[in-house]
Amino acid sequence: MLKIFKYSFFDLIRSRWIYAYFSFYLITAISLLYISNDLNRAILSLMNIVIILSPLIGTMFGVMYYYNSREFVELLLAQPVKRTAIFLGQYLGLTVSFSLSFGLGLGLPFLFNGILGSEEIGNFLILLLNGTLLTFIFTAIAFLISLLNENKIKGFGLAIIIWLFFAVIYDGLFLLSLVIFEDYPLDSFALIASIFNPIDLSRIFMMLQLDISALLGYTGAVFNKFLGTNMGIVVALISSLLWVFIPVKGFLHYSLKKDF
Amino acid sequence: MINIKNLKKSFGKNEVLKGIDLDINNNGIFAILGPNGSGKTTIIKSILGLVVPDEGDIVLQQKNIARNWKYREYVNYLPQIARFPENLKVRELIDMVKDLRNSPAHEQELIELFELNTSLDKSLKNLSGGTRQKVNVVLSFMFDNPILILDEPTVGLDPVAMIRLKKLILKERKKGKTILLTTHIMSVVEELADEIVFLLEGKIHFRGSLEELNQRAQGKNLEHSIAKILENGMEQEAQITDPVNSRQLNFQQRYA
Repeated sequence: MLKIFKYSFFDLIRSRWIYAYFSFYLITAISLLYISNDLNRAILSLMNIVIILSPLIGTMFGVMYYYNSREFVELLLAQPVKRTAIFLGQYLGLTVSFSLSFGLGLGLPFLFNGILGSEEIGNFLILLLNGTLLTFIFTAIAFLISLLNENKIKGFGLAIIIWLFFAVIYDGLFLLSLVIFEDYPLDSFALIASIFNPIDLSRIFMMLQLDISALLGYTGAVFNKFLGTNMGIVVALISSLLWVFIPVKGFLHYSLKKDF
Repeated sequence: MINIKNLKKSFGKNEVLKGIDLDINNNGIFAILGPNGSGKTTIIKSILGLVVPDEGDIVLQQKNIARNWKYREYVNYLPQIARFPENLKVRELIDMVKDLRNSPAHEQELIELFELNTSLDKSLKNLSGGTRQKVNVVLSFMFDNPILILDEPTVGLDPVAMIRLKKLILKERKKGKTILLTTHIMSVVEELADEIVFLLEGKIHFRGSLEELNQRAQGKNLEHSIAKILENGMEQEAQITDPVNSRQLNFQQRYA
């Protein structure tokens, strides 16, 4: 598994996309720091970008990478290597290289602006953790989608729909249900509903950490009220990890049954 | 060496293999032939564990290959389409496969044979289709393993490389290897194959030597024999399934 990881990692860190991703975060972070001149505000603005963009890039590149390396996977499958090792290795190669370019792209400007000595270091690390978790979650979902769909167009379409669902539609449906069922107590419903959306989880996680109650939103407030800030963070973190674990388990399981 | 028993595989509604029994217990070159969609690649991929069979067993070197991956140490495979990670260089790819298999390889003589020395430091995305196929050949021939599986090995090669590849295949046979081969180029079969396994609609229609096949089909060469088998096969099927059509066929035969 480590060998596959090593090779797909070195293949990827030479690809243009990784540099484009790195440059995007680098430029965004520099400009936000320059405009706001305040670490905390810059982190907040970046959070809004990260929770939308990391899932999008994770899904798109997950699907693209899988379909592009299809024939190469065939070559690997003919070697004396376990199937699960091949897919896990590729998954880690992709997620680690993207997380690195994300982390460096954001990290360098903040480093030069003295993040290390400031009070915001904790918040910044949580931002990095969230972006990384979202990359891991959505890349795993993308692998699952592309393993299940032989047809590229269908795979891409489904990946975009899933991203759109979690990033936009889910919130809409959620608000709609709050309006429709406003006469009922909806606290536990809201709590559970937010656990089922990794993007929402990540937002709550950040907001609890940043301690900005005005931006918590309804689900965040419920989280805060029922679980308290610390417990809320722990629950959000564990749920996010489950969101990584379950799709990974899913695509590994399915890879064993698939014909190539 | 390779023992296949009652192998069945469907892709959706399409039943590709309908119970294949095949025992290959000796060395030599075995050509798996058949029309498009007859299941050649599916058999090969089942042996490699790329395709999971619906039913049946495949035993390789006395070991059942189901849920097993170690047996692939004994098998070298040349896939039909050569596509590799785009950003890797040829040298790195060769080193990678060596590293993955963790066994000694003699890639240098093959690199010289196919004149790949100048391409070693190029990225794979910058290579032509034929050069990629040469890289593909080097990757699958550089290890000394008892079983070699070649899926359309001559695709994209120029005549010089093709002649060298044929020589290489014959050299491997001399070493006592079992070589399975699929191809659509009949001259390759006539030159190389010791035995022919002919697939028709997911079953083994014929197995034997080239001469036996020609005798049975009464064709003057392999191409004609195979064309005859296919025509007869279709005729038989038409008679079974479609009485109107078969009457027409009989009519045509009478007045042809």
